[in-house]
Amino acid sequence: MLGQIAYALPFLAQGFAVTLWVSLLVVVLSLIAGVMMGVGLVYGPAPLRWAVRIFSDTIRGIPILVLIFFVYYGLPAVGIHLESFWAAVLALTLFKTAQVIEYLRGAVGSIPKGQSEAAMAIGLTFRQRLAYVIFPQAFRRFLPPWINGVTDAVKGSALVSLLGITDLMHAINQVIGRTYEAMPLYILGAVIYFVVNYALSLASRRLERRFSFIRE
Amino acid sequence: MGYTLNFNLIWRHFEKLWGGLLLSLELAVISIAIGIVIGLLLAVWYVSAGRLVRTAIAAYVEFIRNVPLILLVYLVFYGLPTVVDIAYSAQTSFIATLSLYSGAYLVEVFRSGLEAVPRGQLDAGKAIGLTPWQRLLHVRLPTMLRITLPALSNTFLSLFKDTSVASVISVPELTYGAQWINFNTFRIVEVYLVVTAMYLLTGYALLYALRLVERRFRAAH
Repeated sequence: MLGQIAYALPFLAQGFAVTLWVSLLVVVLSLIAGVMMGVGLVYGPAPLRWAVRIFSDTIRGIPILVLIFFVYYGLPAVGIHLESFWAAVLALTLFKTAQVIEYLRGAVGSIPKGQSEAAMAIGLTFRQRLAYVIFPQAFRRFLPPWINGVTDAVKGSALVSLLGITDLMHAINQVIGRTYEAMPLYILGAVIYFVVNYALSLASRRLERRFSFIRE
Repeated sequence: MGYTLNFNLIWRHFEKLWGGLLLSLELAVISIAIGIVIGLLLAVWYVSAGRLVRTAIAAYVEFIRNVPLILLVYLVFYGLPTVVDIAYSAQTSFIATLSLYSGAYLVEVFRSGLEAVPRGQLDAGKAIGLTPWQRLLHVRLPTMLRITLPALSNTFLSLFKDTSVASVISVPELTYGAQWINFNTFRIVEVYLVVTAMYLLTGYALLYALRLVERRFRAAH
């Protein structure tokens, strides 16, 4: 049994690399999209605010799995052909973007109004206010939940195995299909996911404590 | 492009979606009920236990929270029967998994709820001569439940969405119904539009109802 698992390790490592790659792409893309849409939600004109609100509430109201199937099977039906890998990344990014929007809204909303007013009073433009006054303060509130939320991207990435993408989850199932060693392999997989996500949540907790001074 | 929406086939097979939705709700309700029992017992145990028990409970919580649900579902359905001699249906297996899953989240919810009960209430209970057991049952738990109600509703709503993972072991809930129609009729866009609407409507109706319940309990005290 151990021999078989040792033999499968390079294959599992490849799957793990795919898991990390998917997660990384999703985290980076959703950060960019989420911050932009979050700023739109907080400062934008009413139609933009409404659009972002509807986007976020819709995405957060449906299971990620439905979102993944919708994107994967639905896009080709309307003539958009994406490789399954990119369809999965797109679906997970939509899901994460909605989260980032809410983290950003929470973080920016927690900055006292006086800060913005003071910045306006000394004649800073909107961009300067964001860059020099609001964001540096909001960043400390944004970072801990955001890092903790990265675990959702890593966990969510296990669902891409259902599209036939050989991530860690899929690699484990394939090795089980050949060796019938279901329990040891699922436990091994659980341990790997656990180590990655637990490290992230520890980092999040540590940062939260580090930044706790601003909770005055 | 050039895709024409045609919902006829969706309505013809709508009982797959409707039955699936009811099963999703059933799975979520049973799982949270068992999860509440697990969460309450472990949280009460945690706050009064020594280091060893605390570590064990924390290990359970952290393990479940940091592993993908789909892996836990596979582990219980395909893995466990290879090492222990029990047989169960996919549905039972999923309920067991989702109960353990929600239990882990609820231990955390209840534990912080118990700690948020004002010290003065417990002292008052002691002052009027309640036994430790009575203080727990009549003072600490009711106050804690009121504090944790919003977190409980949120957990229930996310469990409702998590039931979609049951489709991977062929439990015929809503997402499974969607896939069935997807593969058998190829009305792909339509079926996912309808299913998205069903998840959203149910989810927000539940949210609205739960918020009403929360407000009632807050107003009463």
